[in-house]
Amino acid sequence: MLEVTGLRVAYGGIQAVRGINFHVAEGEMVALIGANGAGKTSTLKALARLLDAAGGSVRFRGKEITNLVPHELVTQGIALVPEGRGVFPRMTIVENLQMGAYCRSDQAEIEADIERMFSYFPRLKERARQLAGTMSGGEQQMLAIGRALMSRPKMLLLDEPSMGLAPIMVQKIFEVIRIVASEGMTTLLVEQNAKLALETSQRGYVMESGEITLSGEASALLADPKVRAAYLGE
Amino acid sequence: MDIFIQQVINGLVLGSIYALVALGYTMVYGIMGLINFAHGEVVMIGAMVALTVISMLSDSGLPGIVIALIGLGAALPVCMGTGFAIERIAYRPLRRAPKLAPLITAIGVSIVLQNLAMLIWGRNYHAFPPILPTSEHEIFGATITGLQIAIIVIAALMMAGLILLVQRTKLGRAMRATAENPPIAQLMGVDINRVISLTFVIGSALAAVAGLMVSANYSIAHYYMGFILGLKAFTAAVLGGIGNIAGAMLGGILLGLIESLGAGYIGDLTGGFLGSHYQDVFAFFVLICVLVFRPSGLVGEKVAERA
Repeated sequence: MLEVTGLRVAYGGIQAVRGINFHVAEGEMVALIGANGAGKTSTLKALARLLDAAGGSVRFRGKEITNLVPHELVTQGIALVPEGRGVFPRMTIVENLQMGAYCRSDQAEIEADIERMFSYFPRLKERARQLAGTMSGGEQQMLAIGRALMSRPKMLLLDEPSMGLAPIMVQKIFEVIRIVASEGMTTLLVEQNAKLALETSQRGYVMESGEITLSGEASALLADPKVRAAYLGE
Repeated sequence: MDIFIQQVINGLVLGSIYALVALGYTMVYGIMGLINFAHGEVVMIGAMVALTVISMLSDSGLPGIVIALIGLGAALPVCMGTGFAIERIAYRPLRRAPKLAPLITAIGVSIVLQNLAMLIWGRNYHAFPPILPTSEHEIFGATITGLQIAIIVIAALMMAGLILLVQRTKLGRAMRATAENPPIAQLMGVDINRVISLTFVIGSALAAVAGLMVSANYSIAHYYMGFILGLKAFTAAVLGGIGNIAGAMLGGILLGLIESLGAGYIGDLTGGFLGSHYQDVFAFFVLICVLVFRPSGLVGEKVAERA
């Protein structure tokens, strides 16, 4: 479904991503793990057109999307949950969810989807009319995921959904990520928490200094001594 | 007492106009962090276009209100087009430039528009033809004209409409989302260039109405009128808290009242040493006080860093 070949991302002269190849098949959940600064977020930002790629190609459902105008990405069926959540702090929960459905015009279906997000995250329903900026980090992460799903994407990109959250919140959020994935959502999960990411995914890629150094079945990576030493603290 | 009421009425009229213009400053600032110093000139163009059309029709025998509406109908598209063009030509190419660059082009655009207006309409003052009925009403011992009532009511309606647009519609949500975080708004599918253009167009429409109001209220218009009016509306926006729509409305009304009451009483307070022609001083005294004591404005908040 998603095919990345030779993707490069550079900030000025510094190469953050040095020509990586990977793919995500339909209905699959794939983890992209690696240390801080390995280039994971840069990769995701280039996919989501928040950054211009310095080279390479990204194809989504057979269509080249490398040079798409940023606001057209969501109409192609890709939704990003950005690093740091990126909710609109001065808009209410409901308004944030409505923004997720910005490119849709089926009002009744949008209302139904908002209720669906509330069933995933009952906490959001309690705070429906509250400003997003007044919520805790975990609640904002729930909102960011809900908002991304509101576009009815074909593929979900998750950037560090566990970052900075209490363990109990991480659990709740990953419960929903698993539910959404089990319903057939194609998902690319970028995580520093390698154990959690690999336990949740079917396949994984390990990134180091802008390159993919390892890839394979998630269970195999979890058992790999190099991965265990470098990312699982063993 | 009746003098006080009279000054309050005058202040409300003036303040309504300031508020309409201040909205143009604050909406643009809210969405792209830019002070569009050419906005006052858009008001001037609105006044000049409306006045030109109204002068041509003043002997046509049509009712005064119809003539005024035709004048406004001519001013609206011209102003909206001007606002759109200003953004496309002067600001969009500088979207990623340091903040100082668009500020300089703003002043440049302002000078260009002033001179353009001077070439078209000359350096003279143009009188607003007496087409509107001059009915006077008594209220608490003060008088208010039909025109003044119309200005206050129309301005209030337009502001209510703007609040509804921003708070209740999809476009309004897109505007607020773009103001809060442009890249994330794009992720949602918002074409932020379109939203920015529309913000300029809406602000310019308000400016066109304000232009007609100013020239009708003072019975006069000329190519230089936008400068001082723009500065005062900018002051009103800063007073309310720049970037905040309700703040611009509040700031506009307050500034109008301060100026009007200040001008009315300064003679008495200084034993005749300073006269009402010091009216303009109040606006800038207010600006300095706000910047020194409460830079975020009355209802503005400290803007949190984006996550």
